[in-house]
Amino acid sequence: MHNRVLMNGNDAIGEGAIRAGCHAYFGYPITPQNELTSYMAKHMPEHGRVFIQAESEVAAINMVFGAVVTGKRAMTSSSSPGISLKQEGLSYLAAAELPAVVVNVQRGGPGLGNIAPSQADYFQATKGGGHGDYHLIVLAPNSVQEMHDFTIDAFALADRYRNPVMILTDGRLGQMMEPLVLYKGAPPKSPPKPWSLTGARNRKPNHIRSLLLEVDALEERNLILQAKYKTILAELVGFDEYLTQDAQVLAIAYGSSARIAKGAVDQARAKGIKAGLLRPITLWPFPRARIRQLAAKVKGILVVEMSAGQMLEDVQLAVGERSPIAFEGRMGGAVPEESDVLTALQHLNKPTRKGARS
Amino acid sequence: MSTSRSRPKKTDRIIYRRPLSLVDRPTHFCPGCGHGTAHKLIAEVLDTLKIREKTIGVAPVGCAVMAYYYLNCDISEAAHGRTPAVATGIKRCLPDRIVFSYQGDGDLAAIGMAETIHAANRGENITVVFVNNSVYGMTGGQMAPTTLNGQKTATSPCGRDSRSMGTPIRICELLNTLDSPWHIERVALDGPAGIRKARKALLTAFKGQMEGKGYSLIEILSPCPIHMRLTPRDAVRFIKEGMIPAFPLGVFRKEGKPVT
Repeated sequence: MHNRVLMNGNDAIGEGAIRAGCHAYFGYPITPQNELTSYMAKHMPEHGRVFIQAESEVAAINMVFGAVVTGKRAMTSSSSPGISLKQEGLSYLAAAELPAVVVNVQRGGPGLGNIAPSQADYFQATKGGGHGDYHLIVLAPNSVQEMHDFTIDAFALADRYRNPVMILTDGRLGQMMEPLVLYKGAPPKSPPKPWSLTGARNRKPNHIRSLLLEVDALEERNLILQAKYKTILAELVGFDEYLTQDAQVLAIAYGSSARIAKGAVDQARAKGIKAGLLRPITLWPFPRARIRQLAAKVKGILVVEMSAGQMLEDVQLAVGERSPIAFEGRMGGAVPEESDVLTALQHLNKPTRKGARS
Repeated sequence: MSTSRSRPKKTDRIIYRRPLSLVDRPTHFCPGCGHGTAHKLIAEVLDTLKIREKTIGVAPVGCAVMAYYYLNCDISEAAHGRTPAVATGIKRCLPDRIVFSYQGDGDLAAIGMAETIHAANRGENITVVFVNNSVYGMTGGQMAPTTLNGQKTATSPCGRDSRSMGTPIRICELLNTLDSPWHIERVALDGPAGIRKARKALLTAFKGQMEGKGYSLIEILSPCPIHMRLTPRDAVRFIKEGMIPAFPLGVFRKEGKPVT
C-alpha cells in the first residue's frame, strides 16, 4: 500500500495534468473546483511550468488557446457557470483543431445555482455547447483514481485527435478524498505538431484560423471535422459493465451517479433480482451500440442522473422501442438515494410492467 | 499613361523596397484605410530588428483579422477581444519569441477591455498595436468606444450623445494609471511625419520586448474614410482636426515610468 496516496479529486486531476506534461494552466476561482486551481498555483511553478490566475473564465480559455497554438499542452478548469463562459473558446478550439483539456467540476444550476454536485451540464458537454457543428471528446470519471488517470488520457486523446477534451465530473468527485495510485510513467508521447506557431524559421509561416469566408472552404473544413468525429466514434467509445452478463434489469449511469447505481444493483442482486450496470466512460462518443445490444436482452432499463434526464435522451435514441426505459434523477445539487434507485429497479423487474415510466 | 519600368542597374542605389516581412499581394482594405500602412510599419520593424522568424502575431476580429495574408510571419486568429489573452498564452509558453497583438478599437476597448487591462497590469512582455479609427469597420461603421462626441455612425445616427452613450475612451491614459506597463505611446497616420513617428514608436516597443522590458502599447490613430463617408484626404483631416484634440499624441509611459 506504500505507493498509494490520499487525495481529493480536484488535486488528483491537477497532479495528473502535471504528470501528463501539461505545460500551462489557466484558471479562475469558482467552487467546487477551487482546490484544482490552488493545486496548480502551488505546483506548476515548482515544475517550471506556467500558472496564471486569469481575469475571467473567458480569458482563461483564450490563454489556453494561445498556449496550445505553440504546441505545448495546456488546461483550464472551472465549474458550470464558468464553463458556460468558455463555450465560445471551445468552439474556436474545435474549429481550429487544437488539442486542449478542459475540466468541468459540475455544480447545481441553472443560473448561479449552488455549489452542490450536479450532472446537468451533460447536454452542453456532449452536444457541442458553443456555436457551430463540433464535438468535444467527453470523459466521465467516477473515482478519484479515474479523475487522475483520465486526465493523463485526456492529454493523449487531445493530441491524438487534435480536439479539445472535456473531463466532465462533479463537485462530489472533485472534493471527496480517496486513496489512489499516482501515474508513474512518462508523459504520453506528443505527436509532431508541424502546424504549431513557433516562429517561421526555415519554413513558411503557419496560421491558426477559423475564419473561412468562402462558403465552399468552410463547408470543406466542416466535412473534415465530421470525418474526424466519425473516426472518434469508431475508435474511442469507452464504457464499464457490472453484472450485465445475465442482467434482466439494467441501470445506466455515469460518474458519481454510477456509484450509487452500483450500490443499488448490489442490493437488488441480494434480493434475487438480476440487475446490472452499464457505465459510460466516454459520454461523447456515447456507447450507443452496446446499449442497443443490451436493451434487446433486458426487461427494462433505468437511467440514473443528477439532472432532469439529459443522458436519458441518448439512451432513448440508442434503445428505441427495444426496452422500456425508466428514469431516476434529482436536480439542483440533490443526489439520488440508493434506496430510490433500488425501488426503481425492483419496479422495472415486475413481470406485469408495461411501458416506460419516463 | 504608361510608365516604363526596368530592373535596377548595378550602379543604382536602392532606397526603398518592400519589407521581407510583408507579403507581396494587394490588400482587401478600403481605399484610404490606414491598416495597410500600419501593417507595413510592423513589417519594416520586424525587418529592421531581424525578428520575422521568431515573431508570432495575434490577429483580432475586425478588419485586420486577415493580417496573415499580408504579414509574413506566424499568426493566430483570436476570438473577438481575447487577443491579449491569446498573446499571453503564446508568450508564456515561448518566452524567447516576439509576440504582438494587433487590435482595433472595438476589439481592444469594447469587448476586450478586461483582457486589455489585465494583460497590461500583469506586465506581459508583449507588444499591443492598437489601431484606433473611431469606428467599427468590418461590420459597417457602427459606434466604437473611441467614437468622438457628436460623431455620426450607423448606431449613433444623430451623433454620439455623451449623456447616454458615454464619451471617447482614452486607452493610453487609462492604461497609464497602472504600475506595470513599460511603454505607452499614441501616434497618428496623418502624414509622412506621423507615419515616421509611428514606425519609431513600434521600433521602441518591439525592441523593448526583445530586451524583456515588458508590456508596450502603441495606439495608432488611423483613417477609415469609407465608414466615415469621407474622402481619403478628408479622413486624414478628421484625424488632425477631430481625433488628435480628443486623443492627444505623445509618449505616456517611458521606461516603465509615466511621462509628466
